[in-house]
Parts: sequence; C-alpha cells; structure tokens
Amino acid sequence: MVDNDILYTIQDLVVEYTTRTGVVRAVDEVSFTIKQGEILGLVGESGCGKSTLGKAIMRMINEPGQIVSGKLLFDNKDLMEISNEEMRKIRGNQVSMIFQDPMTSLNPVQRIVEHLVETIQTHDFSIDNKMGRSMAGKLISRLGIRTERIDDYPHQLSGGMRQRVMIGLGLVLNADLIIADEATTSLDVIVEAKLVDQLKEIRDEFGVSILTITHNIALVAQIADRLAVMYAGRIVELGSIYEIFENPKHPYTQGLLKCVPTISLDVKEQLYKMPGEPPDLTNPPTGCRFHPRCPEAMPICSQQRPELEDLGGEHYVHCWLYQDHPDKSSSTNEVTL
Amino acid sequence: MTEQKRRTTESNSNVLVEVQNLKKYFPVQTSLLDALLSREAKNVKAVDDVSFKIHSGEVFGLAGESGSGKTTIGRLILGLLEATEGKVFFDGMDVTSASPAEVRGLRRFMQVIFQDPMASLNPRMTIGNAIAHGLKIHKLGSPKEIRNQTNRMLEKVGLSPPAFFYDKYPHQISGGQRQRVVIARALVTNPMLVLADEPIAMADVSVRVLLLDLMRKLKNELELTYLFITHDLATAKYICDRIGILYLGKLAEMGNLREVYAHPLHPYTQALLAAVPIPDPKMKRTKEMPAGEIPNPINPPSGCRFHPRCPIAQEVCSKEEPEFRELMPEHFVACHFAENFL
Repeated sequence: MVDNDILYTIQDLVVEYTTRTGVVRAVDEVSFTIKQGEILGLVGESGCGKSTLGKAIMRMINEPGQIVSGKLLFDNKDLMEISNEEMRKIRGNQVSMIFQDPMTSLNPVQRIVEHLVETIQTHDFSIDNKMGRSMAGKLISRLGIRTERIDDYPHQLSGGMRQRVMIGLGLVLNADLIIADEATTSLDVIVEAKLVDQLKEIRDEFGVSILTITHNIALVAQIADRLAVMYAGRIVELGSIYEIFENPKHPYTQGLLKCVPTISLDVKEQLYKMPGEPPDLTNPPTGCRFHPRCPEAMPICSQQRPELEDLGGEHYVHCWLYQDHPDKSSSTNEVTL
Repeated sequence: MTEQKRRTTESNSNVLVEVQNLKKYFPVQTSLLDALLSREAKNVKAVDDVSFKIHSGEVFGLAGESGSGKTTIGRLILGLLEATEGKVFFDGMDVTSASPAEVRGLRRFMQVIFQDPMASLNPRMTIGNAIAHGLKIHKLGSPKEIRNQTNRMLEKVGLSPPAFFYDKYPHQISGGQRQRVVIARALVTNPMLVLADEPIAMADVSVRVLLLDLMRKLKNELELTYLFITHDLATAKYICDRIGILYLGKLAEMGNLREVYAHPLHPYTQALLAAVPIPDPKMKRTKEMPAGEIPNPINPPSGCRFHPRCPIAQEVCSKEEPEFRELMPEHFVACHFAENFL
C-alpha cells in the first residue's frame, strides 16, 4: 500500500515485558498507519498496552520491556534499524511526546524560555540565545500564553498553560508527529475542553499529526479524525471516527460506546453493563482476547485469533463475526481441531 | 433494622444531614519574614460559608473542579476534619461540637468509599478481615456472626462465593473487585450515610457501569443515603437525585439534578455542562469556554468569585458577593443576574 499521505507505518509491532511472573505481551502484533495532518485517537482501558504502544512508536521502551519484533516505518526509514544516535535526533525533532502530568516533564528550576531555547539549540547549534528567545516568545504567544510569561517557572503557570508549553516543546522543532498520552486527563473539564480545541487549531495551523492516547471515549469523539480501539494488547477496530461511532463492528467497541455516560437528559437512561473486567496480560485468554466477555462469542473465538478484516472504507476489525471460518457455515458447535 | 438506626428524635425527620454556614480555612505556612513583620497569616479558604441539607434516602451530589472544596466538605461532615466555623448536624446531632468519643460512635452510621481502592485497603489484610474489621471495632456481634455478616456482604457486592474471596489479599483480585470490597466494607456496619468520594473514577470505563449499578442497587436494598462527590457531571446524572455545584469553596448552584442540568442558572454551571465532552463526533461544542482557570483560593476574587471568568459579569459582580438564593422552588443559585436565564 503506497500512499504518500502516510506519515508513519507501524507493522506487526510486538512489545514484551519480562516480569517475575512471566513474559507479558503488552503490544501484540499491532499494525496501523498515522496519516499526515490527522488526529488519530487510540482508546483503551488501563493495562491494554496503549501507553506502551505510544512509547514504542518513539522507540522509548526501557528494560524490562523490549520491542521484540515489528517495523516502525517513518520518513523512509525503519526506526528499528537505525542507531540510537540517529533515533535521538528523530525524537523531538520529528516525533515528540506529551505526557499526562506536565509538572513531572518540566524542570521545576528552569524557566519556560530555557526549556524552549535548550530544545531548539540541542537540535540546531547555529541558533543563538537571542534568536532562540524570540522564536520561543512567538511560539508561546501563538499557543495563547502572553509572551512575557516565558520568564516564569513551571510552578507559576496553571496546569493548562504547562500542558501548552509541553506542546510548544514539540512544535518548536516542527515535529511531524506529536504523541499525546492522556495529555488532558489531569486538567479540569473547562480547561480540558479548551485544550482540545487548541490541539485542533495547532493541527490546522502546523499541519502536524497528533496521536492522542486516552481512556476518555467522549473526549476522543470531540477531537479525533480516526479512531483505533485497543483491547488487551491488540487493536480490535480501526476506522474513521464517524464510522466507528455510527457503525461499530467489534462487540467490544459496541459495548464500550454503550458504557459512556452523557449529560444529555433525553438519551435513554440505561448504560450497558459489560460483564467481567479487562484481562491480566500475564495470562491472557486464548484466541480472541475479548471472548470471555463477548456476548456473541462462538466456539472458534476461544481457539483462534481472528485476522484483521478490511470492511471497506478504511474500516478494519479483528473479529470472527466478519470472517469466514470453518464453523460459520455449519450451525453446530463442533469445531474441527 | 430501621428502628435501630433511628436513634434520635423524629424532629425534622426527613433531613439526615444539615450543613449550616460551614467554613474550613487551612492556614498557609508563613515565611520567617512574614512572621517577623507580623503580617497577617494567610488562609486557604477551602470551604467558605456553605449550607445545604441531605434528605434521608436521596443521593446528593457535590460536583466541582479540583480545589473547589468538595472533598473537604465530605470530611467535615464525617468529623474527620474540624470546621473553622459553622455546624454539621447528622441525624439531629451536632457533629461539629461532639466529643471525639461521640464522633467515633457515629462512625458506624456514616461510612466512606474512597477513590483509590488500592490505597484504602491494607495490603496485608485479607479482604474478609478488612470487611469484618468495622464490625469488630464496633463490637457488632460474636466472631461467628461477624463472619456470617461478612460473607453475606461479600455476596451482596457480587464477590461470590464468599469463601473464595474471604482469604484473598487485595493484590490478588482485580481493580473492580477491589472497589467492591471497599463498598462492602463501608456498608457492612449498616450505615445511614455513605460518603462516596469519586468512587468510580479509578475504574475502567467498562467496569464503571457495573459499580454504579451496584451502588444504586445497594442503596435501595439497605435504605442508604449517599453523598456522592464527583468531578464528572455525566456520571452524576446516573446516580444523583439532587446536586450542588461548587466553585472555589462556595456553592454556585443547587437543586434537583434534572432541573439544574436542563435549566442551569449560574454561568459557571452552564460552562461546566457545556465543557463535558459529548460521546458523539457529530455533535460539536458550540458554547465559548470561559477564560482562565480556577483561581488561587488563598486570594480569591472579590465579590462573586467567578466574575473574572464570567461572560456576563458587570461591575457589581466584582464588588458585591451574590446571595445564595432560592430563585425557583428548591433551585438555589448565587448569581446577581440569574434572572436572565429564567
């Protein structure tokens, strides 16, 4: 599939953690693409591997974790093949990351301007302090923070401002991809709503792609162009945000969407009670990992993993319901092994 | 059981908790320089003149952003914190002037469900013992009765069979199950009031509905009253009967939840409701969000505390504090211009 609006292709990525209780496969043969200038949402519950996936995209998996296999195709390179030195240049320069808590990502004894200038200079030695300062000032005001506040320390800024500074650290180097891992989760709703609007403006203005990793399905509906739904280390469904919300195919996605509370008073009162809980990845269910909670599970679901099925219109799903399999035609529950 | 619960007079029988002009100021650590110059000590006004009632059998929600004082109010009601000013009556008894022994006696009747089950369960105590602990402390039965009561409670919260769960440690069960243990522990002493402080915020989306449902079911079964503290207005809709919206230690609005959501009278409530993301990509937010963020409670804005961010603020708003008034029956609001929204 050659498509020149594709920025980043992840192919069959596997990430494992070695723990005392065994090997945990946090990301299990995950493949997807990130397009230029899109906001891709990645939703999943805690422990489904979404943060690990975000870090793996930047090749930032540390011991005891390890990228076991897979390809990370970015800018005509496989990031798995390049040296650590080259990777370091790509981080920040082309791909940058925003975390949940900006206070732990910013240096408390460094002024905002120093953060920004240092970032600029690390990647481009030719820029002097004065020029760096003016670049930083311009960027900060574009993000809706008054220019004179670049001389503040992180604790003097509000939570929303700090998060915008983090975004600025990504933008100052003209990154092509910003990975936002629960970037708005620690903010209050009103501030969060504003930051979401701003992320969209930033995308429009800078043409940057944003991968937003979150557990908040309502939020992702407001921000993303496309959505990837992750469950127990695997992507179970991928498609445009409208398509997935209107026509979810995977029983997990269907259930998840019916679990989300809304404030509108006229919507039907009952939320869907999904049985069970997400599995422990040290001992995941066989076959399709959702089968113990799935209302439509068939015998094959517990035995074999479904393939990624293209439903057309860039809507993909990992589910036996949409695939041919031996016991689909026969109505018996016998399965040939 | 209900007779046993009703220990005090039947006057004002419908009101279980009454909070009157409650204030809680936390002193800010003064610097040496300030002390030498004997500057006035600063306070964080976490709760500043809040009054409301909780009726028996209802779910009263307190909602607000971080730092609005919602958790502090909960702790004041339970007598876990000492009020700076004001009164809290629980079932007719003044909690704020009760002796520590009296408060301890009351604890059985007012229990808490905290946000983080991992932090509120002792990792070295089996979950059976954790639940039985309250019964032992309050001497509510013989060891055998306590064991039976604990087992019944485990079953009630869906941890069945109890024998399987009784001797498990918190780390051996899942997050959703841990929160069920915390609920069981709160309810085992047969309380009247349960303070639920963000009880489902830590749970996964797919698990939350079951927990909410369980809380609702147990409320009806055990005739409980909940004080439900949350920052999530969407979740509140599914459990609360009435709701109070807090802003910087003050109630901005209070009333029947459906009434408040359908006809919010305070600009802050309006903004808060508009900010809640809608889980539908076709419905985009249209309302402008107010500027800035929640201000520093050490030095809150004069007059109406929301005025620097308020889209309809007038001169009077920065000078005079609006009265918390009953503009519609049972619908209270603290805004000079709330009539505009009628």
